[in-house]
Amino acid sequence: MRDRLLILAGLGGFLALVTWPAWRGVAAGSPAPAPALARPPGQTRCVEATDYMRASHMQLLSTWRDRVVRDNVRTYTNADGQVVTMSLTLTCLKCHDDRGKFCDRCHDYAGVKPACWDCHVVPERGPGADPGSPLSSPLAGARPLEEGR
Amino acid sequence: MSASRRRFIRMAGAAAAGAVAGGALGCAARGTPGRRWAMVIDPLKCARLDGCRACIDACHRAHNVPAIPDRRHEVKWIWKEPFERAFAVQEPGTTAAALRGLDVLVFCNHCDNPPCVRVCPADATFKKDDGVVTIDEHRCIGCRYCVAACPYGSRSFNWTDPRPYLASVNPAFPTRTRGVVEKCNLCEERLARGQAPACVDGCPEQALVFGDLRDPGSVVRRLLDARYAIRRRPELGTRPQVFYLV
Repeated sequence: MRDRLLILAGLGGFLALVTWPAWRGVAAGSPAPAPALARPPGQTRCVEATDYMRASHMQLLSTWRDRVVRDNVRTYTNADGQVVTMSLTLTCLKCHDDRGKFCDRCHDYAGVKPACWDCHVVPERGPGADPGSPLSSPLAGARPLEEGR
Repeated sequence: MSASRRRFIRMAGAAAAGAVAGGALGCAARGTPGRRWAMVIDPLKCARLDGCRACIDACHRAHNVPAIPDRRHEVKWIWKEPFERAFAVQEPGTTAAALRGLDVLVFCNHCDNPPCVRVCPADATFKKDDGVVTIDEHRCIGCRYCVAACPYGSRSFNWTDPRPYLASVNPAFPTRTRGVVEKCNLCEERLARGQAPACVDGCPEQALVFGDLRDPGSVVRRLLDARYAIRRRPELGTRPQVFYLV
């Protein structure tokens, strides 16, 4: 026990070192850094209110997924009574067209790795490109089903 | 005593009836209301254009089906099979000359009694009440029981990431990822928009006819009423909903 002082001093030094960034932030009076999200220009409101989307978009998307895949229901009526198509690529990414500066920034910040993009496609960005609309899909102008052929 | 026993039996009966009715109502996944989709294929019409792949290409473009050169890793939704292989129980020498060696279109039969659905441990593949047998890729755990259960080889497993093997991507439809099973979904996403399947629309000879078997006036119903049609491996009791006019 002769080295008690040395050990305690070492431990104290170590703690001071690893908590240094936090202390520095407190000393400077700056808030925790938030991810800089690129919000879609010209859009004021998401499918639901921003606070709800920020906290619960994952539950909303899970519900959308089950409604579309399991129940064959493809539209969603939001709190304002507006009807939107339940589709990650066609609805969400239509406004949030830069996944890297919106989805990924926050997901990286929060340390979550959603598997959505393993299958769901992020449309190419570019002037005039609107791959989300059914009209520019490879099967544009398909004949309707009810023609009784 | 006897009155209370009678009451007990009556209540037990009512509870059992309620449970059965609830199960019957609750278990069927919803499709297009009131429909029973089916496909009728005319192999002779299909063979008019030699080497035609219009329906296959339309399907693959719409659903981001990869073209993987390694046959062990192949992913197939709709393809052609020699008649004798597609209908393997035909006795040798009994096939009509016109059909002998003919390449016929094969894809998922959307069976009325699908063995793939029965074996899926994750409830990922299921039959909708309009007859479409589909896969919830979110739930697929890649066990490949369904691949083994399907007697038609209609299901493919993604051994590798399919994206490098796509010439072009239709962003409106998801690709798949490594480790899930996929197959023809009878274009459920197009049916929801009131469109016919992509292969039906893509066929220049109208050799594929799609429609509602429950509707006595539908073209599929009228074709099946008027002409002799066969199904693949009917002896298995899977009741395929893809019919071949012969």
